[in-house]
Amino acid sequence: MADVSVDIRNVVKSHGAITAVDHLSLEVRKGEFFSILGPSGSGKTTTLRLLAGFEHPDQGDILIEGRSMRLVPPNHRPVNLVFQNYALFPHLTVFGNISFGLEMRRVPRAELRSRVETVLDMVRLTSKQDRLPAQLSGGEQQRVALARALVNHPSVLLLDEPLGALDQQLRQDMQVELKAIQEQVGITFICVTHHQEEALTMSDRVAIMNHGRLLQVGSPQEIYETPASSFVANFIGVSNTLVGHIRSLNGSCCGVMVPGLPKAQAIVARPPAGAGVGSPVTLLLRPERLHLSREVSLPGFDNALEARISKAIYNGSEMQYLLSLADGISWKARVPNAGGGQKRFLPGEAVFVRWTVDEGVVLPE
Amino acid sequence: MSRRRTWLLAASLGNLLFLYAPVAVLIVFSFNASRLSATWQGFTLQWYRVLAEDEALLAAVQNSLLVGLASTVIATVLGVCAAVALERCPFRGQRVVEGVLLLPLVIPEVMLGVALMLFFVSIQLPLSLVTVTIGHAAFNVPIVVVIVRARLRKLDPALEEAARDLGASAWQAFRCVTLPLLMPAILGATLLAFTISLDDFIVTFFTAGPGATTLPLKVYSMVKSTVTPEINALSAILVLVSMALVGASLVLQRKPVRA
Amino acid sequence: MLAGWLLAPALCWMGVFFVLPLALVFVISFASRGTYGGVEWTFSLANYLNVVDPLYLKIFLRSLTLALATTVLCLVLGFPLAYYIARLPVRWQGVWLLLVMIPFWTNFLVRTYAWMFMLRAEGLLNTLAMGLGLIASPIEILYSPAAVLIGLVYGYLPFMVLPLYAAIERLAPSVVEAAWDLYAPAWAVFWRVIVPMTKPGIVAGCLLVFIPSLGAFITPDLLGGARTMMVGNLIQHEYLVVRDWPFGSAISFVLMGLVLAGVMAYVRAEGSRRELEVRR
Repeated sequence: MADVSVDIRNVVKSHGAITAVDHLSLEVRKGEFFSILGPSGSGKTTTLRLLAGFEHPDQGDILIEGRSMRLVPPNHRPVNLVFQNYALFPHLTVFGNISFGLEMRRVPRAELRSRVETVLDMVRLTSKQDRLPAQLSGGEQQRVALARALVNHPSVLLLDEPLGALDQQLRQDMQVELKAIQEQVGITFICVTHHQEEALTMSDRVAIMNHGRLLQVGSPQEIYETPASSFVANFIGVSNTLVGHIRSLNGSCCGVMVPGLPKAQAIVARPPAGAGVGSPVTLLLRPERLHLSREVSLPGFDNALEARISKAIYNGSEMQYLLSLADGISWKARVPNAGGGQKRFLPGEAVFVRWTVDEGVVLPE
Repeated sequence: MSRRRTWLLAASLGNLLFLYAPVAVLIVFSFNASRLSATWQGFTLQWYRVLAEDEALLAAVQNSLLVGLASTVIATVLGVCAAVALERCPFRGQRVVEGVLLLPLVIPEVMLGVALMLFFVSIQLPLSLVTVTIGHAAFNVPIVVVIVRARLRKLDPALEEAARDLGASAWQAFRCVTLPLLMPAILGATLLAFTISLDDFIVTFFTAGPGATTLPLKVYSMVKSTVTPEINALSAILVLVSMALVGASLVLQRKPVRA
Repeated sequence: MLAGWLLAPALCWMGVFFVLPLALVFVISFASRGTYGGVEWTFSLANYLNVVDPLYLKIFLRSLTLALATTVLCLVLGFPLAYYIARLPVRWQGVWLLLVMIPFWTNFLVRTYAWMFMLRAEGLLNTLAMGLGLIASPIEILYSPAAVLIGLVYGYLPFMVLPLYAAIERLAPSVVEAAWDLYAPAWAVFWRVIVPMTKPGIVAGCLLVFIPSLGAFITPDLLGGARTMMVGNLIQHEYLVVRDWPFGSAISFVLMGLVLAGVMAYVRAEGSRRELEVRR
């Protein structure tokens, strides 16, 4: 396929007894901002090091721009890596760091200078080109690391926790800047991170990994709205869950029976593909999709459950409520704080929790 | 809190007094006009003049510098290579090799001295400046290995990987990234090896033949025979030289290790 | 492959000029002295049995006692200094460490000679004391075990201070404060928190002092005289004066055994510490 930039084919990589990457297959498209998201030990960093050529697959193959990378050493691969903690050369200036790759490839002096100046300008560090890395702030070091990789015009740019060492504010600014730079240069970016907000904000597509396995690939919206498993749902944001089984099936709707809730009260939901009556399922609900009210009846919702507010937390932009449902089930709900004097609920108050059939995601157990 | 501080400060100053008073006294009395007494008899530079005219002493200094330079060069070349191999390419039997390379640091120097003497005598290599140099290199190799390895271990391995990622071959990565970052440690180790060689008495004592007198051997024979103000003057010079060397090594170690 | 080529020169050098000579000493320690010095190649353990002769045993015991006393004194003197330095602002730490290091870089003979100059009957201390009317006639401190002890402590104090400093510097002040906060009196803070947490430094410092003290040669030679011989001097005496190389070799190996026992203890302590850190 012409538009595939990186093709990972059934790759296995073990470190001793631990299988770091377990039969991973993945295609990354040209010019795409692709993130690999997972907790530590999920195999995402190993995947990146396999792409960069610092480790070699036990099985399977990796193709970059259609070329097998087997036996290709790191210095001959069309990829460049932005290292975690940057790995800037402490003895070289900003200019020296950025020109390093061009010098290794014996790019003529004049071309080298103009290319370095272009990226220096892009990352807004022209005025600091003669500084040593130790004389730069964290954000500036990060931008040097980025420029040092980009100046080589790689086919694929690899980023290992690129914003991990920055503080919250800078991290958010850099997310926007990184995405803008990626759109400007049009290079494929593959970014490894454990920070879900970062992945959702910057990426065209996200892959979720855990224990060396690929769990789901999709756009940020797909990943968030229709997680393929409860691990994915809980890793990306918070989810409320109910565990039960399908009692009735009726076209595009099903009734889910949840032990502990009143018998008459089946939850209306979309059935997962291939599910039949009696299939065990898990229902996932995002806290911000729940509607809380005191009204006993309210039109426009498919489901309603009684709950009691066990805790109300004010955190500026929104209210967070901890709800206790029947049978010791505990949920979270988030309500934006819009306008003054808006109705708030107090701990101990009885409320109704409502949602429509499309807000819930049902997964087969 | 402040009483504890005062007490600690007093104890620390006491320590420094203990460390410096004897040397300071030596230096002061190197300007004393009296030949024998430990009482002040007036200022003189006479003992320094005597030193400057002592040709045997100057020859000893020359020998020391020669041995120091030669043994340091050997130890640095061998030691840096070994340190890189030990730290960057792990292999089987490494522990044994490390043991052999580190043992000279812990065994009593007298033992190293007699062992070398026995060895040279039995292979019928006449004791001379050459045997002294060989002996000095033998105890300096481990010192270079230890210092350079410590620095290598502190270097982020990602730096070499970054160089490889940017198109450098393994050798280029070593030459353009690792070696420059290692330089302060190599220079520091060189300086230390040189100083230790200049100062060494014991191994030299056992491995030097007639006519191969180094400065410490000369000092020893002077000290053993009589206590004279010339030794004070010589000591004062040696103290100042070692201070200069410490200063130089500090300047070298100031270079940054990581960003 | 590459590692082999890089290692070979150093290994060859150390093999020929260190391992081989040591092996030679080992072999010779089982031979016996020829009539006119030199070596007679008859295998016997006589040299090792000879070491426990009261005459030589006394020298071994003296060496051990002096080395232990030196270690303890260095620890007692060095700990407050190391603690003080470790709690200074970083800029001043450098200055103080430098002050501790300079004597270490100064010629050992010169430093030992300085004490000869101080301790002689007509030396500075006696002259001063007599001048002040403290004593009527000079006290002969030079050429006594006390003089050797002073010289050893003086020579090896920096070896104690540096590892102690490194260990204390790593100890977070907040840990000590936490102990205070939890009602610990000063002695408990010291014995139950500071000492256990700086133990690796204490052990390292003690070994760095103990090992060279045990094998000392210059200090007892210049400050101890013939009456305060230590093992190092005995070896030199056997080799160069008596010319009984086999016996000198046997003594060397006994001394090395003592030193290596100390090193082993250190490696063990270090190993258990590593294990602890891994478990954390």
